[in-house]
Amino acid sequence: MAILITEKTRVVVQGLSGRIGQFHAKEMIEAGTNVVAGVTPGKGGTTVLGRPVFDTVREAVEATGADASLLFVPPPAAADAMMEAADAGIRTAVCVTDGIPAQDMMRVKRFLRRYPRERKMRLIGPNCAGIISPGLGFMGIMPPHIYLPGRVGIVGRSGTLGYEAASQMAALGIGVSSSIGIGGDPINGSSFRDILELFEADPDTDAVMMIGEIGGPQEAAAAAYVRDHMTKPVAAYVAGLSAPKGRQMGHAGAIISAFGESAQEKVEMLSAAGITVAPNPSAMGETVAGILGRKAAA
Amino acid sequence: MDIHEHQSKDILAGFGMPVPRGGIAFTPEQAAFRCRELGGGPCVVKAQVHSGGRGEAGGVKVCRSEAEVREAAQRLLGTTLVTKQTGAGGRQIHRLWIEEVSDIARELYLGFVLDRTSERIMIVASAHGGMEIEDLAEDDPESLVRMVIDPAVGLAEYQARELAFKLGLGGTQTAQMVTALRACYRAYRDLDATMVEINPLVVTGDGRLVALDAKMSFDTNALFRRPEVAALRDPGQEDPRESAARDNGLSYVGLDGDIGCIINGAGLAMATMDMIELAGGAPANFLDIGGGASPERVCTAFRTVLSDPKVSVILVNIFAGINRCDWIAEGVVQAFREVGVRVPVIVRLAGTNVEAGRRIIETSGLPIHSADTLASAADAAVRARPQTAAA
Repeated sequence: MAILITEKTRVVVQGLSGRIGQFHAKEMIEAGTNVVAGVTPGKGGTTVLGRPVFDTVREAVEATGADASLLFVPPPAAADAMMEAADAGIRTAVCVTDGIPAQDMMRVKRFLRRYPRERKMRLIGPNCAGIISPGLGFMGIMPPHIYLPGRVGIVGRSGTLGYEAASQMAALGIGVSSSIGIGGDPINGSSFRDILELFEADPDTDAVMMIGEIGGPQEAAAAAYVRDHMTKPVAAYVAGLSAPKGRQMGHAGAIISAFGESAQEKVEMLSAAGITVAPNPSAMGETVAGILGRKAAA
Repeated sequence: MDIHEHQSKDILAGFGMPVPRGGIAFTPEQAAFRCRELGGGPCVVKAQVHSGGRGEAGGVKVCRSEAEVREAAQRLLGTTLVTKQTGAGGRQIHRLWIEEVSDIARELYLGFVLDRTSERIMIVASAHGGMEIEDLAEDDPESLVRMVIDPAVGLAEYQARELAFKLGLGGTQTAQMVTALRACYRAYRDLDATMVEINPLVVTGDGRLVALDAKMSFDTNALFRRPEVAALRDPGQEDPRESAARDNGLSYVGLDGDIGCIINGAGLAMATMDMIELAGGAPANFLDIGGGASPERVCTAFRTVLSDPKVSVILVNIFAGINRCDWIAEGVVQAFREVGVRVPVIVRLAGTNVEAGRRIIETSGLPIHSADTLASAADAAVRARPQTAAA
């Protein structure tokens, strides 16, 4: 079944008329993703890549039954576009945009809490590579051909490091059920814990590779969840062992500003929770192979 | 983005925070003039650099007279202040803040930060001001009072009162604290700050609450809607390589090692740096070339990395998704032609158009070492360093 995206997911692309939106939507369609519509305010009635474009997300949802949205919207307008998607009944939104003000994300998160659980939109990102269920479809900017379909879930903040993990796994013949990029911003739609819950409940996922980095409390929350609630084996890697304190490393959220936010401390927390931590980033594939082997032996 | 103490005080005063009287000076003559403006008597000369720990480093002088102010200004201006936070390079002193002397009865700590757990603005306060917050958190964590603000209502008055009582304030100081907290919160919220720190917030001998020092940082992602904040940027306080890189669309952070890094994606960049350290080397920088990098941008990345004289080898590690390995390879070849690369270069390419990229590197005839994996690339980079640097 995979998580968050399958061949049945009906995807609308907010910002489809733009150069970047068009480029990636084309890749998504070629990979079998069910892209049903685009939304660009003021471009309603036009057609892009053979898909109808609407002025509002609500119109797109009503006309096409879209249940997921991928946002290629510039930073000043991104928060508003996410709230529009939530209000139009979209269930899963993926925001690729990098550079959204932190207080805009505070507002979006508060807005999403207005909806009852059964109507609440799940937001992935922003500042993420997107989500992919290899062989079924993807929403985002990743190169789909590097993923082997399979039964290991990947969740990570970094896009390129997620590619690195997937290709190390592919080289060992290990495939991926779904790979979810949660993004590098300090406030993001879904946390490691949120995605681990989905993988734990997914019958097509046997194990999870989690790729963390310096900064923020989300790895600690994930460690507690794995320790207390998860039955499937989890491997992890935390980037930034060599990162100095107080310096932002590219991602807006990748900065050590409190206790427990350095890579060393996170590695200790994850290990203490029973997670197998890869000793270095080129051992992510072997580490996954290790936990799968132990599972098979058990 | 950081700003100076005097700019932070200006902003906070505009929101109702009481601050000592003072004025800015760029020359000893102006410093003397500011002293006369304040009554000609004792005053404090404070070096304006983007760093904490200025007092310990000798950047703050209490002067008894105009002559002493002039002399202190002469000594400080144009020199470099090295504090615990600046690193060995320090920061240039180009301006001074001349302030009236405050009669200090008590020192408190007050900070506003983004709390990533509650995803709200949080106040951190302590009855022990004047120390670095990191030291407070380590030595006396119990003394820290934390309070999360609900963005729907803003800072409630009862919260501000509660905080004041926890810090041991009473009488009219409670009302003054409510005003001070509201000023900081509104400045934070309305200007897209990421940090407001008053350290120390002092109670004066006659019972007034005053911000003796003030520090603000801002969300660079929000500068598009805060031109008045963006105008406060002081390029003189920034690492020139980091500012130049940013102007060229590159994310660059200078570090202490000698292996120059050119990588796509922040996570892969950090992971590559980790790999270099594990292989026994040290990265000279963090550099993310971003997505869809043109050959020109790769060329600019080489120029940026090579402008650091410590760099003795360059490692290029690209896992292309929205990048294209052939463009990256063309950029590397172009850098050899245009920038003049005199250090060993290791290139690892993977992902989109990787065959085309590798072919360009192989047929270029240039002395470029190709690597297939992250591990072999890091190993090759560490081994390629000249013996003197490796020792």
